Amino acid sequence: MSTKKNTELEEFEPNIIGFLCSWCSYAGADLAGTSRIQYPPNVKIIKVMCSGRVNPMYIINAFQQGADGVLVSGCHPGDCHYTHGNYLARRRVATMKKLLEFLGIEPERVRMTWVSAAEGRKYADVVREVTEDIKKLGPMTKIRREKEW
Amino acid sequence: MKIGVYVCECGSNIASTVDVEDLVEQAKEFPYVEVSRVYKYVCSDPGQVLIKQDIEEKQLDRIVVAACSPRMHEPTFRAVLEDMGLNPYVLEIVNIREQVSWVHDDKSKGTAKAASLLKGAVLRASLMHPLERKKVGVTHNALVIGGGIAGIQASLDLADMGFDTTLVEKSATIGGKMSQLDKTFPTLDCSQCILSPKMVDVNRHPNIDLLALSEVVEVDGYVGNFKVKIKKNPSYVLADKCTLCDDCVPVCPVIEHDEYNQGFSPRRAIYIPYPQAVPASYLIDPNSCLGIDPLICSKCKDVCGPEAIDFDMKPEIIEKEVGAIIVATGYEPYPIENIGEYGYGTIPDVISGLDFERIVSASGPTDGTIRRPSDGKIPKTVVFVHCAGSRDPSKHLPYCSKVCCMYATKHALQYKHLVHDGTAINFFIDIRTAGKDYEEFYQRAAEEDQVIYIRGKVSEVFQDGDKILVKGADTLTGETVELHADLVVLATGLMPSAGTKEIASLLNLSVGMNGFIREAHPKLKPVDTAISGVFVAGTATGPKDIPDAVSSASGAASRAAGILAQDELEIEGTVAQVDEDLCRGCGLCAEACPYSAIEINAINKYGHALRVAFVNEALCKGCGSCAAACLNGAINQLGYTDSQILALIGALGEE
Repeated sequence: MSTKKNTELEEFEPNIIGFLCSWCSYAGADLAGTSRIQYPPNVKIIKVMCSGRVNPMYIINAFQQGADGVLVSGCHPGDCHYTHGNYLARRRVATMKKLLEFLGIEPERVRMTWVSAAEGRKYADVVREVTEDIKKLGPMTKIRREKEW
Repeated sequence: MKIGVYVCECGSNIASTVDVEDLVEQAKEFPYVEVSRVYKYVCSDPGQVLIKQDIEEKQLDRIVVAACSPRMHEPTFRAVLEDMGLNPYVLEIVNIREQVSWVHDDKSKGTAKAASLLKGAVLRASLMHPLERKKVGVTHNALVIGGGIAGIQASLDLADMGFDTTLVEKSATIGGKMSQLDKTFPTLDCSQCILSPKMVDVNRHPNIDLLALSEVVEVDGYVGNFKVKIKKNPSYVLADKCTLCDDCVPVCPVIEHDEYNQGFSPRRAIYIPYPQAVPASYLIDPNSCLGIDPLICSKCKDVCGPEAIDFDMKPEIIEKEVGAIIVATGYEPYPIENIGEYGYGTIPDVISGLDFERIVSASGPTDGTIRRPSDGKIPKTVVFVHCAGSRDPSKHLPYCSKVCCMYATKHALQYKHLVHDGTAINFFIDIRTAGKDYEEFYQRAAEEDQVIYIRGKVSEVFQDGDKILVKGADTLTGETVELHADLVVLATGLMPSAGTKEIASLLNLSVGMNGFIREAHPKLKPVDTAISGVFVAGTATGPKDIPDAVSSASGAASRAAGILAQDELEIEGTVAQVDEDLCRGCGLCAEACPYSAIEINAINKYGHALRVAFVNEALCKGCGSCAAACLNGAINQLGYTDSQILALIGALGEE
């Protein structure tokens, strides 16, 4: 029984949507590329100008539209290109996690990190960790909705 | 709607790990796609011509390019669209190089990820609308913050180009750290002799308004149109009346440490920082003067013939409008008292490199004879410790400050020139002589002037009688070294000045891990910052020697002139937009806005007074924080609208 479960877990490749701010984290992801650091392909990036742009609705929507996990990544505290958008994002994500818990969804499916433009290696590490974490949680099925188009 | 999709092979950079042919075939099935092509280098001229031909022949009105990061070629492809009469904002770039082909070597997984991103991009492109780039006027004046050699050079360059320039300096004189140096490497020419003519030029230049003892306290506005508030602190001496006669100094009863001489000599509460100071005027130190607070002494005022002293002078706020700002706020030496094992602050004859500059200087406290602080004797053995507090990630500065090897070598050489029978010993980790004629300078010190170089770190420094016991290791012989020195000079590194940190936070400039201001691009935009219209010169971005600081200052001045010479500038179209019918005037967006770009105004709608949000597009920087805060979805970020992002999420969520 347990063996079967393990095989199932190994086969599951999570689909994760990453919202990365344009100035720090997206540039950090680019640096991981220019440095040719290999990492799992499970996180697909949506570039936003600032992590403060990430409406909590997007997180719910990502789960509804098929994502198993969500990553929000911005500039380090104090380093936000727009002074404090990353603090807004942190507050919104923290609140959203509580709401997810209330809905019976594992709050660990949402992860917020700080990755600077100089941290290509850290971005690769974050992707590896998030992928592993979501793999352990298994597929998200609770609030998935059928495609409308 | 007709969308053109262009997939770039980037030679083999993309094609080797992403199946580009498969991507092109898949894209043909995506909605609205009229044409889908692959090309070896889409960014090349023939690649651009390919897109242009398709736009013309197939009447495309949205373009999707799957290639390298938009940070590389978004401007290139926007220009292609503009050339063909399309709006530059109906372009979407899919990053399949930095974020796919270079990081995933599994071709099938990489291709699947790229296809998903490409589909999202096509869906997003179908929801894009042309955006307008508004035009704003430009104020043809500049502000330079910091009056060290970099700020001086930037101000002179801008003023020579004909731009009115305000130079703001926090201390009483311009000149910065360079004014404290005795000689400069590798030419050994006198620092003051090459600096002071430039300082005088600043003072005389008709296009430069020099504000010493002043601080920038507020900056508002945006590129081309900054509004700056400068606080000018009182000097208590009227510069236009002061004749520099020095009558006030002998009567002043207050004795203070002279900062210019690193505290090795005294000054009075009324003083001139140094004879060549610019502006050339005495000033009163309000912290120690007995005539300002408390009001018990007026000896200087009594003897001042031209009545230049005014105890009632108050700080004033000066407002300026400028089109561009250059930050040249410089460095501070690393506080060497942090390194307990080297005994700085407890052993009087352990001094810093900057201390040595004053002690060796002809205008310094010892009139150019090298004497040690404790007993005034001429030291016969001097140890110079390189990398004191540098290249030590566990405890001190992790980085190399670039100039210390050279200035410690210069100090050793200067010492040997002044004390012929003396011994100069340099402890080093590596000797870094990257600069024109620097290696030759080091060879000259070691060979012609018999400066001794020991490769190894000093571990401990003790007082031993009237000598200093220096313990270290010679890592070339593997032996421990113990020797007695009369003077120990610690070659300390450079760290960002307090002013650099203050100005960075005032202007919202991002700083790197070591606290220095981060350039817009470390290689290709080394004097730009992430904020348009704000440039950076000198050591505010990191340690530099004088020639590098000067050339970065000239670079910053010419980049600033690129803005100042324009009559109007275009601002980005990706600003926030309010739907007045959905807005309920709650003000959550205004609270979230970091730039105070949103106001809640009352408008008359259908005969009712309604409160709605209003966006000042010139102030809006397009971060989108307001759009995420709005509960009604009434405010949106153009170019990153909710519908576009939700479409992207939909495409990426599909398995």
